[in-house]
Amino acid sequence: MAATYCLDRVMAALAGLVLLSFGSLAISKIEDQAEQLFRSGHTNNWAVLVCTSRFWFNYRHVANTLSVYRSVKRLGIPDSHIVLMLADDMACNPRNPKPATVFSHKNMELNVYGDDVEVDYRSYEVTVENFLRVLTGRIPSSTPRSKRLLSDDRSNILIYMTGHGGNGFLKFQDSEEITNIELADAFEQMWQKRRYNELLFIIDTCQGASMYERFYSPNIMALASSQVGEDSLSHQPDPAIGVHLMDRYTFYVLEFLEEINPASQNNMNDLFQVCPKSLCVSTPGHRTDLFQRDPKNVLITDFFGSVRKVEITTETISLQLDSEIMEDRY
Amino acid sequence: MGLLSDPVRRRALARLVLRLNAPLCVLSYGAGIAWFLALAFPPLTQRTYMSENAMGSTMVEEQFAGGDRARNFARDFAAHRRKSGALPVAWLERAMQSVGLEVYTQTFSRKLPFPDETHERYMVSGTNVYGILRAPRAASTESLVLTVPCGSDSTNSQAVGLLLALAAHFRGQIYWAKDIIFLVTEHDLLGTEAWLEAYHDVNVTGMQSAPLRGRAGAIQAAVALELSSDVVTSLDVAVEGLNGQLPNLDLLNLFQTFCQKGGLLCTLQGKLQPQDWASLDGPLQGLQTLLLMVLRQASGCPHGPHGLFLRYRVEALTLRGINSFRQYKYDLVAVGKALEGMFRKLNHLLERLHQSFFLYLLTALSHFVSIGLYMPAAGFLLLVLGLKAHALELWMQLHEAGVGPEEAGGTPGHVPPLPPAQGVGLASLVAPLLISQAVGLALYILPVLSQHVAAQHFPVAEAEAVVLTLLAIYAAGLALPHNTHRVVNTQAPDRGWMALKLVALIYLALQLGCVALINFSLGFLLAATMVPAAALAEPRGPRPVYAVLLVLTSPAATLLGSLFLWRELQEAPLSLSEGWQLFLAALSQGVLDHYAYGALLFPMVALGFYPCWLLFWNVLFWK
Repeated sequence: MAATYCLDRVMAALAGLVLLSFGSLAISKIEDQAEQLFRSGHTNNWAVLVCTSRFWFNYRHVANTLSVYRSVKRLGIPDSHIVLMLADDMACNPRNPKPATVFSHKNMELNVYGDDVEVDYRSYEVTVENFLRVLTGRIPSSTPRSKRLLSDDRSNILIYMTGHGGNGFLKFQDSEEITNIELADAFEQMWQKRRYNELLFIIDTCQGASMYERFYSPNIMALASSQVGEDSLSHQPDPAIGVHLMDRYTFYVLEFLEEINPASQNNMNDLFQVCPKSLCVSTPGHRTDLFQRDPKNVLITDFFGSVRKVEITTETISLQLDSEIMEDRY
Repeated sequence: MGLLSDPVRRRALARLVLRLNAPLCVLSYGAGIAWFLALAFPPLTQRTYMSENAMGSTMVEEQFAGGDRARNFARDFAAHRRKSGALPVAWLERAMQSVGLEVYTQTFSRKLPFPDETHERYMVSGTNVYGILRAPRAASTESLVLTVPCGSDSTNSQAVGLLLALAAHFRGQIYWAKDIIFLVTEHDLLGTEAWLEAYHDVNVTGMQSAPLRGRAGAIQAAVALELSSDVVTSLDVAVEGLNGQLPNLDLLNLFQTFCQKGGLLCTLQGKLQPQDWASLDGPLQGLQTLLLMVLRQASGCPHGPHGLFLRYRVEALTLRGINSFRQYKYDLVAVGKALEGMFRKLNHLLERLHQSFFLYLLTALSHFVSIGLYMPAAGFLLLVLGLKAHALELWMQLHEAGVGPEEAGGTPGHVPPLPPAQGVGLASLVAPLLISQAVGLALYILPVLSQHVAAQHFPVAEAEAVVLTLLAIYAAGLALPHNTHRVVNTQAPDRGWMALKLVALIYLALQLGCVALINFSLGFLLAATMVPAAALAEPRGPRPVYAVLLVLTSPAATLLGSLFLWRELQEAPLSLSEGWQLFLAALSQGVLDHYAYGALLFPMVALGFYPCWLLFWNVLFWK
């Protein structure tokens, strides 16, 4: 009789030990996961998408910017967190044979203008001054909310720029330029004012790599469509509309992004491989030395999407009421 | 005392130029002519290329398919025109309205200074009909023009039909950012001039044109079409305009790229394009094209309605359909598609055409010579005049000072005394100048003014009277030197002719320089003929030889010679009598062009070059 009692006691102790170990394992797993929740460091996403050229024959720049806008919206960033700057109105240009549309694939397969595009800076408002004010936050108080970049030190910002550029500059509206030094200084101002956590800068212009040469602030990753001395080429000539519809680099980036969904685990190394020289004719470049994390640990959705970290747990926690306490209460 | 240069060195250089004057002149003249001939050869002539970014490539889809409709319109137009004898205005208005355009008409009238024998008209009055296609979503700030000139000799009915069919097609498209004006003019170029003057609200030529009731904005480009047959074997393009103005080269490039895209055969001056520029064939044919273009540009007449548009800086071309005996023919749909493509690309323009050359010479449809490369030819020719003038001035200075060139060369340190203030005396120069200019003025004013008087006294028609008066005054100028000396006291010393020649050389150089800038072909042509004779004209030496040379290079003789050359280059050579008839016709046409369109050849020759030539004639016969 005493032996079975002893055995029972041992069994209970063993069970308790096992339960305890499982419990501690579970807790540490939750802690790990909790830690991982905040590993990327950002809690919100912003996007600043800029098209700097006007005139009908620069249709492709507007189409580029709208393609990235479409991808970014599809992956979750809302309009309130996107600052879209388009220097000219292609959809309603009198020369557009299909009014209210901007196509990115010939034969009119994909209309990137859509029904719910929200342009924040339009036409002549896209100037170097306005762009720098948006980035640095030095905006007059009368500016509406939709035109501000209200980012904080936990924001990951995607900045995409396209237009005509050269060695060290980007042309705005055929009348002014922004130099790579100004851009680098603007990013430094952002860093000093703690306006970003991490920044991804993509540029699709001729000699685009010259624009990221001068960056010196931490946590910036940059991609460009061509090296210094190379031209970025256009793609998709469409005879029905009469212009080129896209630039090569952004066309292939769009194709890549079409396959990303909010749960994708693709990382930045995949983005670096988009558009090799055989497809793009120019050599895309990238810069990661200022970035603290390893690109292979950076998810595409860290910048292009606004992924809420939602963890679905399968464990149940049962809540049991203590009846004595309840009786005391009453 | 020279501060910035060494006077002794300068004088030595001047004396070198004086000694080597004749060889330098010959060398310079030869260099000018050789440079001009070398323009047709590859390093100096380049392939054309599209400079305007907005027009880009030929990346449009032409969808015009209204060939049958065009032919029906053409048949109706021809029938109505035959019935009414003039432009069927009411039918045109109805047709344009049925196609969907805003239709307006404009009346004009003009009394020519004397009857035009070639077109058989004197008091001209007519009506232009035009329809405006408004851009659906743009403000009417800019426009393009498609025009068809209809005269009594060329009915152009297929062109009218194609214009109406194109208007119907264009009306169905929504991508127009500029208004398109479809213009049908009566009496060819007179109607076009009346319309243009009323559109731009100016009155340059004395045309009475009614004001326009409908307007469309600044014209960016215009295309004139002349088609007389249902099928064409090639499309010919004419670029030379009034006073030698040319459209922007990009418009020609646009036409050429659409011809290539549609497989249409396009020609310049009616000739097939040379393919082989590596060997000698291409450049030789290019030289022929170049010479023809120089002659056409020098004549200054508008070779089509486009020539009149150019005055208002509207880039324009004239396209003519040629139906020859070649086997492969294109129908109206092919021509219509080329025009549709051109207009669609012109629609993309944001500014006027300005990126490409305004001044050029064509050696083929796809090869051109830019102004920077052809100007040195004229420069070398004018250098001859400069050298001669410089030599004369030095000679006069040295002789006034009483020091011969040999003595001065021997003693480089000895500074010759300054010459006394113009011992020649300006008074003796003024008389020949005034008389020559007066004869020139008479040449300009008298023929037209006195045509009635002449027609009363002689059994000739007014037009012939004008031409004969012209020739008479021209020849009377030749008799002048023998009479001037009876009027003017010959106090001038023996070397007085040098001063006159110096003035004449400078005058000629100035005129040729100015004309070469405005109309290079005219300047070069006159320079090539007048410069040697002008440089050689002296009272000493073989006077008859110089006299013959001077007469042979006078402006009228140049005109005669270039007519022969022109027909020779077109492979339709003239006999002497035919040439003379053509010469008389060209004279009357030149005067008429001046009064009707404001062409400047007649006043420039009468008031500028002829007096200058008379001065040299005076120098030659100086006593």
